[in-house]
Amino acid sequence: MSDQRMRIGFIPLCDAAALIVAVDKGFAAAEGLDVELIREVSWSNMRDKLNIGVFDAAHMIAPVAIASSLGLGHVKVPIIAPFALGVNGNAITVSPALYASIAAAAEGNVTDPMVSARALGRVVATRKTRGHAPLTFGMTFPFSTHNYHLRFWMAAGGVDPDEDVRLVVLPPPYMVESLANKHVDAFCVGAPWNSVAVDLGIGFILHFVSEILTRAAEKMLAFRSRWAHEHPDMVSKLVRAHARAAAYIEETANRDEVSAILGAPQRIGVAAEVIRRTLDGRLKVSPDGAIRTDPNYLLIGRDGAGRPDPAQAAWLYAQMVRWGQAPLSDDMCRAAMSVFRQDLYDAAVGVPSGEPPGKIGAFAGPAFDPGNIAGHLRSWRIGRVPVS
Amino acid sequence: MDSSFKIVIVDENPIRAAILEDGLREAGHVHVVRIDEMTHLLARIYAIDPDVILIDLENPSRDVLEQMFQVSRAVKRPVAMFVDQSDAASIEAAVDAGVSAYIVGGLRKERVQNILDLCISRFNAFSRLQNELDRTRSALEERKVIDRAKGILMKAKNLTEETAYAMLRKTAMNENKKIAEVAQSVITAAELFK
Repeated sequence: MSDQRMRIGFIPLCDAAALIVAVDKGFAAAEGLDVELIREVSWSNMRDKLNIGVFDAAHMIAPVAIASSLGLGHVKVPIIAPFALGVNGNAITVSPALYASIAAAAEGNVTDPMVSARALGRVVATRKTRGHAPLTFGMTFPFSTHNYHLRFWMAAGGVDPDEDVRLVVLPPPYMVESLANKHVDAFCVGAPWNSVAVDLGIGFILHFVSEILTRAAEKMLAFRSRWAHEHPDMVSKLVRAHARAAAYIEETANRDEVSAILGAPQRIGVAAEVIRRTLDGRLKVSPDGAIRTDPNYLLIGRDGAGRPDPAQAAWLYAQMVRWGQAPLSDDMCRAAMSVFRQDLYDAAVGVPSGEPPGKIGAFAGPAFDPGNIAGHLRSWRIGRVPVS
Repeated sequence: MDSSFKIVIVDENPIRAAILEDGLREAGHVHVVRIDEMTHLLARIYAIDPDVILIDLENPSRDVLEQMFQVSRAVKRPVAMFVDQSDAASIEAAVDAGVSAYIVGGLRKERVQNILDLCISRFNAFSRLQNELDRTRSALEERKVIDRAKGILMKAKNLTEETAYAMLRKTAMNENKKIAEVAQSVITAAELFK
């Protein structure tokens, strides 16, 4: 038997769940793989270590896999993603002061993202007339779902994310502290950081991203394209181990055990109870203890979430174009879509039967058509590229 | 060597940063600034306006630096990352040493190669020092544990120091353990019997 050892990097976030459980619960070993998990501190490190082969695979934020494949912002290294580690899972958390301003300016229920986005627009306008500094929003990386989710939401309410507010990159472990110190007024990040802020009484979860987009690709299991080509068997085994781990996680009876595995100090390193809330989609959203429930808050394998959806890659590429990170080109869109390897998932796990999973489903704008990026871009007033 | 470069070192480890700064100064670089506080990192860097930025890979704030690549109104000038496809060996050496370098503006990378090389060697030297220190520290800890266990045995069984030590060593050999591990069990047991 050939060498079945692999080194895989992960960032301590709840959507690394399938990877961590695949390894720690023995699903990878059952496939004959000997996986060493390595905890990483930044997406830049993850990208570079995957690129140069320090890692054989990585827990990777979906837009980084696409940007790396397209050579945006960095070296061009083709990446493939045959398994989707998580769909959704992000949330927007705001400071108590900003929450109060938005609530006061809202015409309607602030849990409606259109109401909150328009209210944010009024808050921003008032601050401008009073000469106050622009609001600062934290997100995790220039090529991140968090960046695009924040922009998509606020732009729908008439807020230009590059002109009206400041968007800054903050490593997830620094988000909560930065909100407490008032270095940022809000942030968009994955679990468990939103819950940590609420528990400390310094933040309100304004929205789950599942309220902004019904289904949004979040993290992918990523391989260097060349490595995957040379090791098709190992890719297939690892995808299968992930599919089994994801199914195990989604089984409610296993949630306590899974939460304990994920919460371990050398893994995510937070209380199992906080992870349990995330997996259950039952989150405390305000320091007074109010709970909001959304079964779609974070999907790990459920409802076809593990199967990469190229339409999601096209949506992410469209956001890169909208915000001036990538030129508009059919070739690039095709290249982005081909990062999400549904075929490899199907080969390893089998073609799914039953209902096809839901579409992207945004709270604003027309339905997204991956075959018509230009049309998607034309439907927005705010964006960095004039599309004729 | 061109001593006119302005170099920023982003590292929360003050000793490692000092070692690197010394090296850069010895090599003739007079404009070296250390940043060990990550709050408002970009604003600090923009204020210093460096030609080269060196950051350790254990630092989550590396992602913050990536924002400089984005063309937006906040950026003074574009940044190119030092790491590129043409130089795999150098990239691997840097990642292995745990450091990353960014060059700002239009500097040609050949002109900063020696800075990266120096950085790699200083980072490696630091981790060697760190390992040595860790080893010394744990040796010291082990000796303390062994001394305590010896004391317990001497008192409980009325032994001389040499006999007590010989006993620990013999048990360790028989059980295929380290002497310190056996000594720790003696201490634990003694505490239970208190």
